[in-house]
Amino acid sequence: MADLRVLVGVKRVIDFAVKIRVKPDKSGVVTDGVKHSMNPFCEIAVEEAVRLKEKKLAKEVIAVSCGPLQCQETIRTALAMGADRGIHVEVSEAEAQRLGPLQVSRLLSALAQKEKVGLVLLGKQAIDDDCNQTGQMTAAMLDWPQGTFASKLALEGDKLTVEREIDGGLETIRLKLPAVVTTDLRLNEPRYATLPNIMVSWARARPKPF
Amino acid sequence: MKMANSLRGEVLTLYKNLLHVGREYPKGADYFKRRLKAAFLKNKDVKDPEKIKELILRGEFVIKELEALYFLRKYRAMKQRY
Repeated sequence: MADLRVLVGVKRVIDFAVKIRVKPDKSGVVTDGVKHSMNPFCEIAVEEAVRLKEKKLAKEVIAVSCGPLQCQETIRTALAMGADRGIHVEVSEAEAQRLGPLQVSRLLSALAQKEKVGLVLLGKQAIDDDCNQTGQMTAAMLDWPQGTFASKLALEGDKLTVEREIDGGLETIRLKLPAVVTTDLRLNEPRYATLPNIMVSWARARPKPF
Repeated sequence: MKMANSLRGEVLTLYKNLLHVGREYPKGADYFKRRLKAAFLKNKDVKDPEKIKELILRGEFVIKELEALYFLRKYRAMKQRY
């Protein structure tokens, strides 16, 4: 199935190394002037999608992010890691505050159908809200099978074997494409987006609004 | 300053790449930048092309090491949290 298209969700979150500070009025956390980067679990998802492409099992890797303009940075990082195309669903700063897993999964399921993808790869959860719901909801909305907390992924034809991390061990399941897979920490080791690659990604593909 | 050397570009690229990688250095980008500049200035009088190539290779090795360091740091932080 070499004409498989993979949709990867990437979220822009506050960098894992930053010490989080709460706003004085307790309405949220300080985000202004704070270093942001791609959610580590999303990095793993991008890496896995790019590896599928390198193994010639996938044709195209599409990175999608929802949020304000700064999200394009995150999409560019995904492009620098090897994604082919980026989609930026522009949501204003104020509205992005109310963007939860339900809204994002609606967007993702609509995009998955629009772009005719065969596999949706997402991080299992984001390190900012820790929801761990987007992948499951997306699968439910598309009525596709899901493999959550993947620590190993093998694709053969339209059959996907997923090893999942569950409490007390590993579970192996087989899915039929199209499917939704969410990644766990031990799936792979994401590559580092080097400076030349980032430059190329800036020049190559401008993330287009949805 | 006659340094019409074909390695000049390579050295500059290496410096830029190191600067980019150093932005995430745990002790701060400024600390890294100072050390980086000092390390390059220390070898500014090296003229032998073989020696320069060797130094470039060492710089590339440092980039790889830094990437590995960042990866491990992130992995450990994630593992500890989840």
